Formats: sequence, C-alpha cells, structure tokens
Amino acid sequence: MPRLRILRAGPGTTIQDAGRRGWLRFGVTEGGPMDWIAHARANILAGNAPGTAAIEVGIGGIELQADEGAVSLGYAGAPFAVTRGAVALAASGCVRVEPGDRLTVKAAAEGSWLYLSPSGGVAANPVLGSLATSLRTGVGPAPLASGDVLAVDPAGEPTELVCAAEPQDNAPITLRVVPGPQDDYFSQTALARFFGEAYRVSTRCDRMGYRLEGPPLQHAKGFNIVSDAIALGAIQVPGDGLPIVLMADRQPTGGYPKLGHVIRADIGRLAQCRPGAELRFAPVSVEAARTELLAALERLRTTLDRAQRRSGDLSSERLLSINLIGGVYAPSDRAG
Amino acid sequence: MTGNPGPASGSGVRFLNAGETALVVEFGTTIDPAIHARVLELDRALAAAPIEGLVEAVPTYRSLMIHYDPTRIEPQALVERLQALPAAASDAGAKARRWLVPACYAPECAPDLGAVAERLGLSQERVVALHSGATYRIYMYGFAPGFAYLGGLSEALAISRRATPRPRAEASSLLIAGGQALITTVPMPTCSAVRPSGSSRLTAIRSSSPPSAMRCVSSRSTRPASPPSPPGRRRVR
Repeated sequence: MPRLRILRAGPGTTIQDAGRRGWLRFGVTEGGPMDWIAHARANILAGNAPGTAAIEVGIGGIELQADEGAVSLGYAGAPFAVTRGAVALAASGCVRVEPGDRLTVKAAAEGSWLYLSPSGGVAANPVLGSLATSLRTGVGPAPLASGDVLAVDPAGEPTELVCAAEPQDNAPITLRVVPGPQDDYFSQTALARFFGEAYRVSTRCDRMGYRLEGPPLQHAKGFNIVSDAIALGAIQVPGDGLPIVLMADRQPTGGYPKLGHVIRADIGRLAQCRPGAELRFAPVSVEAARTELLAALERLRTTLDRAQRRSGDLSSERLLSINLIGGVYAPSDRAG
Repeated sequence: MTGNPGPASGSGVRFLNAGETALVVEFGTTIDPAIHARVLELDRALAAAPIEGLVEAVPTYRSLMIHYDPTRIEPQALVERLQALPAAASDAGAKARRWLVPACYAPECAPDLGAVAERLGLSQERVVALHSGATYRIYMYGFAPGFAYLGGLSEALAISRRATPRPRAEASSLLIAGGQALITTVPMPTCSAVRPSGSSRLTAIRSSSPPSAMRCVSSRSTRPASPPSPPGRRRVR
C-alpha cells in the first residue's frame, strides 16, 4: 500500500473529510474543511469523490514524501508555494509523487488553507463514521506531525494536471449573509451598521470561529438566548458586540444571538482571509443564497474542464528537474 | 388530512432560516417542559416519516434545527412539508430514566463558587443547597460530545453568562449560566461564558461509546447533597 511520510507539518495540520454527520444532537462537532470548495476541488483533481478525506494544510505548511509506491495528490486552495523537489509547481493541480520525491508546501502572501488530496483517499479508521478531525473535542484522527505515516488507498493513476489559480478577491471582500434567526435581537441601527460598515479579521481566528474587529453591534434584547442549535457560517454576537463567524469546528449549539449566516458559497472565501483582511457584509435572501450555492457546485463539477494536462515527460518543469549533463570541466582537464 | 394540527403546525411555531442549509422550527424562547415536549414530538414525527432532503435534526430546549440539502429540497418546500407532517404515535407511556450525579463542591472542585455566591447575594452553603437539591431534566446535548443541558435550575441561581467567553472549564464540570445548568464532558479551550460552580467525577461520553450510551433527551436527573470530599468515578451509561 502506498504511503505518505510526513517530514514536517505545521501545528493544526489535520485530515478532513466532508464532516461527521449524524451526531450533532449528542454534541459532536461536524468538523470538515474550512474551505469546502477548495477541498472538493483538490479531490476532483485527484480523481476522488468530492467529500473524500484529504489533508488540510494551514499557514504552517507541510513537507512529505512518498514511501513504497507513488502517490498522486490533487491540491487546491490558498496560492501557497508548492514544490516537488526543487521544482515549483502550479498553484493548483494534480501531481505525482514518486518514492523519494519530496513535496513541500509553504505559505505565501495570501490565503490560509490548502488541501492535499491523495488519489484513492486516506486509509484510516473512521471515528463515528468520519475521518474529520475535531481539534477542539479530540474526536477523529490526531493532527499530523513529523514522522507520521499515512496509508493511502490504492487507486488508478490520475493524469498530472495543472490548474490556473482561482481568481483572487479584491480587498475588501463582500460576504453575503442570510439574516437570522436572531436578527430581531439587534437594533435597526446595529443591523444598518453591520451591513454598512467595514470589519476586519482579527488575529483570534481558528477552526472554530473567526473573530472580527470593527464597530460593535448593539443588542436590543440582551446577549443571552436560551441555547439553540448552530449551523455553519453563523454570525454570533456576544456581549462585547463584536461578531464571531462560526466555522468548521463550531459547537453544535450555543447561547449568543445569531444575527445571520455567511452563505456557503462565501464561507471558504472568509476562511482564506488572513488577520487584518477587510470585510463587508451584504444581506441576501435564502433563495439567492441557494442559487449561489448551486452555482458554486456547478463550477466544481466543471473543475476538470479548466485543468490542463501536464505535458508529459518533457514539460519545462520536468526538463529543469533532470540533470542533462554529467558535469562541467575545463578542456585542459581532459588528459591527453 | 385530518383537522388536528401536526407537530409543526398550530400556534406559536416560527420557521427561521439559519442560512440556506438549515431551518429552525422554533416553539418558544424559554426553558419550559411544554415547549420542549413539542420539540421532541416534531423530532419523533420526522424520524417516523423522513422528508426527502433532510440530513439531520438537532433538538434543543425550544427548537428543532433541521439541516437539509438545498440541492434536494428548497427552503419553502421544506416548510410546507413540515407544516403538513402528521404526528407520530405518542410516547406518553415511556418512562423517564433518573440518574444520580455525584457532585463535589469543595473549593478545589468549585473555583467560582465564592464569586457566584457573592454575585447572587447568597451564602455558599445556600448556593450548594439550591444546586444540589434540585431535580433536573436533560433537555439536550450540544457544545461538546455528551455535554448535557439541564432545566430545573433554581431561579435564585439565575446568573448571566460572562460578557466575553473565557478559557477552560475542566472535564466533568457542573456549570450554571444564563438560567441553565450544564454538565461538561471534555476540557474546552474556548469554553463558553459559564461559571464553574461544582464538579462531578462522572465520565460521560467517550467517542467509542455505543449509541445507547447517548439515549434521547427527556430523562430526569437529580443531584444528592454532597460531602465535601471528591466522590469516586462513576460512568453514566
């Protein structure tokens, strides 16, 4: 069975599949990828079904190599620096890692999460039906660390592919929000402020939630609610009036009023924001949010249409990586 | 269709969007056994007659969150299907289970007991008596695996959550916040704004527990008056 040996991994490098479903009512976090669209894209490039378990790489990066057989990896997400050996690769695509080849991912200027999807998927034992890692509650596989070996389910050999980088957002980005269910807990002034002013991603961001800085929002009915269930993208506003957007590792229930939800089509864009990024919010109807989600899914379905085959063994990358000459010496060194 | 209102029709039901992939069916905004009964009734009705596109339902004190796949059902269609849903068979005969939760209120187990007592203008002994003397109802789980939300907390112990969340309640803590009592199961790095006021040596849920260990809400539990020394470990089945 092919294996990936982790040589180095930033803290919080985890395995994520589409998420742990069926246990929310017992308080078990869904988990899953921070940027579900990039996760799906990496899987599709690898020839996997979209929700297959993949490696979520943060700004700490990762370095790995293939043991005992080649592994093909689809990858997508943040425009991090990805290299195979000494050769820089495209921002996204599918790359074959031969035994001994080293694949390195390092954070670059933009983005926060990149997904490496082994073709065939990670071979590991599911916990409560999923391979998603919940750091907060310790459910699922442990975070990846140096020395770890990941078994990969053998698969066919997908074609090596090169993808253009997805178009980057221009700052400030606008995130669309479906208002509610506790929008009635906020004054009209507060709602106008939330949808009119700029906010910034703070440094206090993790897989559970992204805290925002900016104009505080006034509660109309206090900041406690009787605990209620929570969905992805919930914008929770505790007593200090500063919004927190709840992300993949959010708790299934909570007691702060929720002003609205960032729509699924936009939650990955928020996840990719670095601290300091400027944000604005725009209210949309639930129907419009659904339309955007369907459009995002359609775009995912056509991922391979926008990928190009990496051109055989004689690509520029491949040529640069092959040592075509044995060495350089002065003619006078050649013995007569 | 009969004339009887189904579990998601009738008075006082609100359908609220939680984004485009979840719908909240809200029966009220307070902790009230009658409201909770309606939540459980709808939960049972959905389990008996699942709606196409429904992914998962989460019961809370006063609402049922329905996670759905918007590629399989549109939000408005989901509301209409819910409003037309017939009631499931009644479970009036089912007996509630009663659990005894050993609790330690000694200073090393209850770091916030003094602050809570002072804030409420009560003696620490009174706080302990009120907390340990009540019979609680398990309303729901959430926040962390097996983390139980209880109703039946004495009104004299109603204290707000902290204004901002702060770190870490230890595993097996008994917490009070915003009129609710709670049992934690794992140490939580970004713990919600609650004030630990006691701790129990229960080991509740492990991820390898069989489903029967996390049986449905609606059991009752009660706390005995506790000795100051930490009791032994006891697993909740």
